[in-house]
Amino acid sequence: MIQAGVIGVGQTKYDAKRRDVSMAGLVREAIDNAMLAANLEWDAIDAVILGKAPDMFEGVIMPELYLADAIGAVGKPVLRVHTAGSVGGSTAVIAASHVCSGQFKTVLTVTFEKQSESNATWALSPRYPYSPHINAGAGGYFAPFIREYIRRYEAPEHIGWKVAAKDRQNALKNPLAHLHIPGIDEKMVSDTPMLWEPLRYLESCPSSDGACAMVITAQDQVGSRNVAWIKGMAVRSEGTLSAGRDEVNPQAGIDCAKDIYNQAGIHNPFNEIDCAEIYVPFSWYEPMWLENLGFCDLGEGWKLTDKDATAIDGELPFNMSGGVLSSNPIGASGMIRFGEAALQVMGLAEDHQVEDAKVAMGHAYGGAAQFFAMWIVSSSLD
Amino acid sequence: MSAEDTPKDYSESPINLEYFYTAGSATTRFLNQVKEGNIVGQGCPKCKAVYVPPRGSCPRCGVATDIEVPLTDKGCIESFTVVHIPIPGNPIVPPYVCAMIRLDGANISFLHLIQDVDIENIRIGMRIQAVWKPKEEWTHSLENIKWFAPIDEPDVDVATLRFQES
Amino acid sequence: MRRVAIVGYAQHPILKNAGALNEVELIMPVVHQLFNNLGISQKDIDFTCSGSCDYLQGAAFAFVEGLSAIQTNPPIKESHVEMDAAWAMYESMLKIQMGDAETALIYGFGKSSPGDLDAIISLQMDPYYISPLWPDRVSLAALQARVLLDQNVITSEQMLATVIEARANSKNNKNALITDLIDESDYLKNAMVSSPLNKLDCPPISDGSSAMIIASEEKAYEFTDYPIWIEGIDHRIESSNLGSRNLATSDTLQASINQLNLKNIKFDVAELHTQFSHELPFLKSLLNLQDVPTNLSGGPLVGNVMMCAGLDAIGKTYESLKDNQFTHGLAHATSGPCLQHNMLVHLEAQK
Repeated sequence: MIQAGVIGVGQTKYDAKRRDVSMAGLVREAIDNAMLAANLEWDAIDAVILGKAPDMFEGVIMPELYLADAIGAVGKPVLRVHTAGSVGGSTAVIAASHVCSGQFKTVLTVTFEKQSESNATWALSPRYPYSPHINAGAGGYFAPFIREYIRRYEAPEHIGWKVAAKDRQNALKNPLAHLHIPGIDEKMVSDTPMLWEPLRYLESCPSSDGACAMVITAQDQVGSRNVAWIKGMAVRSEGTLSAGRDEVNPQAGIDCAKDIYNQAGIHNPFNEIDCAEIYVPFSWYEPMWLENLGFCDLGEGWKLTDKDATAIDGELPFNMSGGVLSSNPIGASGMIRFGEAALQVMGLAEDHQVEDAKVAMGHAYGGAAQFFAMWIVSSSLD
Repeated sequence: MSAEDTPKDYSESPINLEYFYTAGSATTRFLNQVKEGNIVGQGCPKCKAVYVPPRGSCPRCGVATDIEVPLTDKGCIESFTVVHIPIPGNPIVPPYVCAMIRLDGANISFLHLIQDVDIENIRIGMRIQAVWKPKEEWTHSLENIKWFAPIDEPDVDVATLRFQES
Repeated sequence: MRRVAIVGYAQHPILKNAGALNEVELIMPVVHQLFNNLGISQKDIDFTCSGSCDYLQGAAFAFVEGLSAIQTNPPIKESHVEMDAAWAMYESMLKIQMGDAETALIYGFGKSSPGDLDAIISLQMDPYYISPLWPDRVSLAALQARVLLDQNVITSEQMLATVIEARANSKNNKNALITDLIDESDYLKNAMVSSPLNKLDCPPISDGSSAMIIASEEKAYEFTDYPIWIEGIDHRIESSNLGSRNLATSDTLQASINQLNLKNIKFDVAELHTQFSHELPFLKSLLNLQDVPTNLSGGPLVGNVMMCAGLDAIGKTYESLKDNQFTHGLAHATSGPCLQHNMLVHLEAQK
C-alpha cells in the first residue's frame, strides 16, 4: 500500500457564531491555513474531499456544489462525505484512501459546520408523526447510556466533572478553542445546572461554528516537509436498533480500534500511544471510550481518569486541544481530533503540545454511538 | 444610535418545506395494532430477535422481520435520564423522565416517559406498565400511551436483557 | 493500480410513489436480489458504501435509517456519500485499489415523492444570493437549454427526438416508470414548464433504489465469469457560479475525456445521466457519441431516482455490455445544476 501522511493542518477560530464569515469564508479560512502549513500551491491539489454532518444544519443541500469555488475544487474531483458525527474522521480516512489508492498524489480535505445558521437541536430532533415527541437532543439520547455505564461499574459522579474541567483547562492552552472558561474546575462544573441527568451543563459540548482542513500526500511527494505518517486508519458501523447491541460499549468501536492497532503494529495501546484526541462530547464518554478502545479493562476507565492518567502531563493525555467539550462544529469535530493528533506528532501543537509525542490517535464517533472512524499517526515511518 | 439604526450582520431567512411523511409498511402494520391498543412486535425469522417498534428489518441478520409477535404493555426500565430542559414544541414541564423501555419479550428498547412516581425512586431495572390514554383518543401513534408507570414487581437485572442468539 | 470490476447490479422497479415503503424496505429487496444472484451474503462484502440525500425524505439522518437494511453484526466497514451513489461506487473502488477491501457493496436510494423536489433542489444553490430566489431545477436546466439552442449546439428537433426515443427505449427496461409511447403531436400538446422545456422534456418524479457489487481482479472471477472492468473513471466539478461558466460546453468533461483518453475508443453503448431532453444531444456531441446507441434503457426521462440515477447509468451500461457481448461502454453520472459535476466511467468487457 502507498504510504500517506499529513503535511498540513488548518483550523478556524471556533465560536458560537462566526458571523464575520460566510460558509464559504469559514471553510476557506481553514483551507488557507492548511495550504500555508503544507507550503503548497493550488495546482498541487489533485482532489478535494469535503465532509459535514446533516445538510439541515445550514439549509444547503450537497454544499460541495455551492462551495466548489471556495474549496478550490473547480476542475477537480470532489467527494462529499456524511456519516453523522463521525464524519470528520471518516472524511479524513476517505481523503487518505484517495492517496493510498494510487489514483492521487496530494489531496485537500475539509470539514465544517456553521451551526449558527440554524437551530441544531431542531435539526437533530424534528417532530415526526406517529411517535411520541420526547426527543430532547443528543444529550437526552446519550444520557441513559451514561447512566448505565455508571451503574455497571459503580463510578463516582465526580468523574464526569473531572473530565469536563480537565478538557476546558486544556482549552485555555488552545487559542482556537470555542470555550475559554477562566478558573474552570470540578466545583464550577458541578455547580452548573443539570440538563439530562447525570449530565450537567458544563459536562456537555457547546454548539460551534468552525472548519478544519488537512493536506494529505503520498510518501514520494513529502520532500523535506514535517509530516504525520498515517500508520493505521479504519471505519466501522453497526445498525441503530439492532438486538444485542451494547450501546455502552459498542462492538463497532472495539473492532475499529483493534483494526488500527493491528495496522500500526501496536500491541499495548496504553503504553505505545503517546496521546489521543478522542471524541468526547459528554464528559462521561472519556472513561467509556478508554475501555471501548482497549486502553484498559472494562470498569477501569473511570479509575484512569480519576488518577489523572488522561491529563496533559499524564500517562495517556486525552484531548489536549480541549476536545469536543470545548469546540464542537459537529461536521468538523472528528477531523479536529484527527488533525490535532497529527499536530502532536509533528510537534506543532504549541502550548498544548505533549512532550515527545511520537504516536498519536484520532477518534470520532456518531449516530447512536454506531459509526466509528479512527487513525494512528506517527512522527516516523518505522 | 438607536437599536434600529445599528447595522445588522445577519438576517433571518426561514426555510419551510412540506413533506408527506410515511411510516414504512412494517411500521404501518405495527401502528394499525397500536390504534387498537395492541402492541405487536416483529420477529426476525433467522435469529428470532423481537423488535418494538419495528423498522422492518433485523440489522443483526439483514432480513425483514416478518413474524408478528404479540406482546403485553409491561416491561422494565433499561436505563433513563431526567431531563431538565423543555423540548421545543412539547408542552411537557421539566423535570421529566425519559426512559429506555424494554417490553417483556422484546429485544430492543424505545424511549418513552415515566410518570406516577417520585423521580428519585426511579431505578434501572424497575418494572413498569403502560398508562393508556382514553380509548376514544387512540390514533396511529405510541402517543396512545401517556407514559409508563411503575408496578409492584421485583426489579429485573438488566444484564439479563442482552439478546443472545439461541 | 489494482483493476476493479463490476460483478452485479440490481434495480428496484422505479415508482411514481413508493408510498409506505421506508428506506429499509426500498433497499433490502435490491441488496437481497444481488446477494441471491451471486449466491453470497453481507459476510462476503469487505466495504459497504451508500449514496442518499437527507432532504429528499426530510429527515436529518435518512441514511442512518437505511443502514438498518444491511446486516451489521459483526460491524462492517461502511461509509456514506451525500451524493448520487455513483460516487459511492467511486469511493468503494478507491478502497479496493488501496487494498483495504476485495469486494464492495454499493447502494443508493431516493424518494422524491414525499416533498416538493423543485423547492428542495433550490437549496443546492448559493444560500446568500441564489437560494432565496427559490430557482427550481427545471428553470435552472432551462437556462442551459436556451444557451444550447441559441448557440446551435443542439436543435429543438433533437430534444423532441430524445423524448420520443426515450419512451421507445423504455421497452428495454423492465424497471422503467414511464412506458407509454408518444409522437410529435403528443409532445407539442404539452405546455412549457420553463421555456424551452415542456413537461415531457423533464424527468418524472421517481422513487426507488439500486445496488451494485464491485470486486478486485483476484475476487471478480469468484463471483462471475463475466466481470465488467472499470477501465477508466474520472469526475470533476465546475464553478457554482452559473454566470462564470460557459454553459454551451463543459470544460470538466473535456478534461475527463482527455484524462481517460476516450477519443480513440469505439464505444458500443453509452448510458448518460441526462435528466432533461436537451442534455442528451449536448453530451452526445461533446462525448463524440453521435453513432453510439445511447440510453437504451430510456435513461432518466423514463425514470429518474434521485441519488441512484447516476449509479443506474453505470449499472445499465454494465448490463448492456454483459447481455449483448459488447466490448466498450461509457457511463455518465451528474450532480448539481446545469451538469455542474460530472463523472465518466469507461467500462470494458474482456473475454
